[in-house]
Amino acid sequence: MPSTTAPKFRPSARSLELEPDMTTLTPPASHPGATLRDRRPLFLDVLRSEWTKLRSVRSTYWILGAMAATTIGLGALLSAFYTLNYTTMSPADRAGFDPTRYALSGLLLAQLAIGALGVLVVTSEYGTGMIRTTFAAVPQRRLVLGAKALVFTAVTAVTGVISCFVAFFLSQAILSSHHLQATIAAPGVLRAVIGGGLYLAALGVLAVGIGAVIRHTAGAISTVFGLVLVVPIIVIFLPSSWSNGFGPYLPSNAGRAVFSVAQQPHTLAPWTGLAVFCAYTAATLLIAAVLLTRRDA
Amino acid sequence: MIQARVLTKRYGPLVAVNGLSFEVLPGRVTGFLGPNGSGKSTTLRMVLGLDAPSSGTVTVNGRPYGLHRRPLREVGALLDAKAIHGGRSAYNHLLCLARANGISRDRVDEVLERVGMTSVAHKQAGTFSLGMGQRLGIAAALLGDPGVLLFDEPVNGLDPEGIVWIRTLMRSLAAEGRTVFVSSHLMSEMAITADHLIVIGQGRLIAETSMADFIRSSSQNHVRVRTPQPDELIRLLAAHGATTKADPGMDGALSVTGLDCPSIGDLAAAHHIGLRELSSQQPSLEDAFMEMTHDAVDYRAEVSPERALTGIGA
Repeated sequence: MPSTTAPKFRPSARSLELEPDMTTLTPPASHPGATLRDRRPLFLDVLRSEWTKLRSVRSTYWILGAMAATTIGLGALLSAFYTLNYTTMSPADRAGFDPTRYALSGLLLAQLAIGALGVLVVTSEYGTGMIRTTFAAVPQRRLVLGAKALVFTAVTAVTGVISCFVAFFLSQAILSSHHLQATIAAPGVLRAVIGGGLYLAALGVLAVGIGAVIRHTAGAISTVFGLVLVVPIIVIFLPSSWSNGFGPYLPSNAGRAVFSVAQQPHTLAPWTGLAVFCAYTAATLLIAAVLLTRRDA
Repeated sequence: MIQARVLTKRYGPLVAVNGLSFEVLPGRVTGFLGPNGSGKSTTLRMVLGLDAPSSGTVTVNGRPYGLHRRPLREVGALLDAKAIHGGRSAYNHLLCLARANGISRDRVDEVLERVGMTSVAHKQAGTFSLGMGQRLGIAAALLGDPGVLLFDEPVNGLDPEGIVWIRTLMRSLAAEGRTVFVSSHLMSEMAITADHLIVIGQGRLIAETSMADFIRSSSQNHVRVRTPQPDELIRLLAAHGATTKADPGMDGALSVTGLDCPSIGDLAAAHHIGLRELSSQQPSLEDAFMEMTHDAVDYRAEVSPERALTGIGA
């Protein structure tokens, strides 16, 4: 019978070779199964895998590029328009001018790019069937979701904050021709610029969660866009006695508070707003984590 | 080793896999056969922990798949060759999987070479042909040098050269002592490759047997005879207890059961009946399979009791 005569399978020595940075810790050959890799936290391996995934497809660069370009470009463009028309403007138009708001106006468009990319991080795997390969490699599905969220937060926070700083300084340089610029040291300005980048990161992770819940690209992107674009508009139509109460707590309104220099009426305080927005993100990820383990891949 | 115990998967009223128990042992190629929709892919997905069984268990090396940490080093699987992000290169696709299981970069190069894809390693997977996709999927299965390998329809889309290659590969993997479990609907291919068979129909186990026994058990062993005097020969053979009928769709050849070639030849010679052809016909795996699953397939065409009970059928 073949099963009794065949040699017992042992992994070849080659595959058991540790990664270069760990070769000095090679365990005794007599115990080939228990390599030190096994003792390294699994989450670290999954993080590296998800980082490799994100950096190895072109759409990541395209969408992050689009995000940076709209953040910087739109801020600079609107600042330039304002500067060009400044001399002919009525005093009413000039009143209440917020140079930081102009600089960060591109965020309204950039958030759509980040939302789409966040969704794609998950749904592209479902769309292609790659998700089954992923879960076969890492049956601990929550670790996969956690790693995707963490990698994506890091990448969008860095690109988002940098974009906001570039947008701010470029716009202020343009506005300075009429001495309209704000300085980064002015009250609330630094917080708003950093907050803009953090808002993008939090929105991106919210989109990752929505992608994991809905699993279809079109449906998930529509949901994200509806949440940040449509819901606030619907609220405008409601009687203010209602909307003033819960309006500030809607995800996008709460999130935007962190990149407004001056707190608007019927909005949350900046960091409170971001915290509320992050709570939505956390809740979505939690739902996604529960569904991920319950549903068949 | 893979062990399934009364594995069952229901999708609403539909029972895709029904109380399936089997063992896949190391050191041989085990073929997994069944008509379309018989539950092969569902079973493989449950083995890999992708779908949760409705009841029953399936373990790989003694543990449910979901309890394995870094499972690619124990189990490699090719499920769907197209399940790859088209924008990622073959190399990066494998690197993502390697990273998740603590497998070195060198091993990625090594498996790419083993499947003959070194020259296209950095091309986007979306540009690959189906055959290339299969090779990449096989590379992914081999990545962790696992002791257990699952292949779902591995020869799909491969050219003849590729088919010979994967046949040799599977045989050599089994010869190294690994567990090789391969599903296919290509019977002729399976007949050459597999040592052992697990046959399912309607989500139920039909047979778990060696390839040789499976074919031998078929009732279709017969002898093919051609003669210019068919009437005389039929009468003669009937007198010696054999049944003869016209070979279906053939050039007037007869199909004889109940006597072997030498007996038929001797009888014909003794009675001066000329023979133009005399050959023993081994049933193909396909014949044996069709015969074995005939009931299961027939069953499908009508309303199954389960469906009738829940009012879904008809």
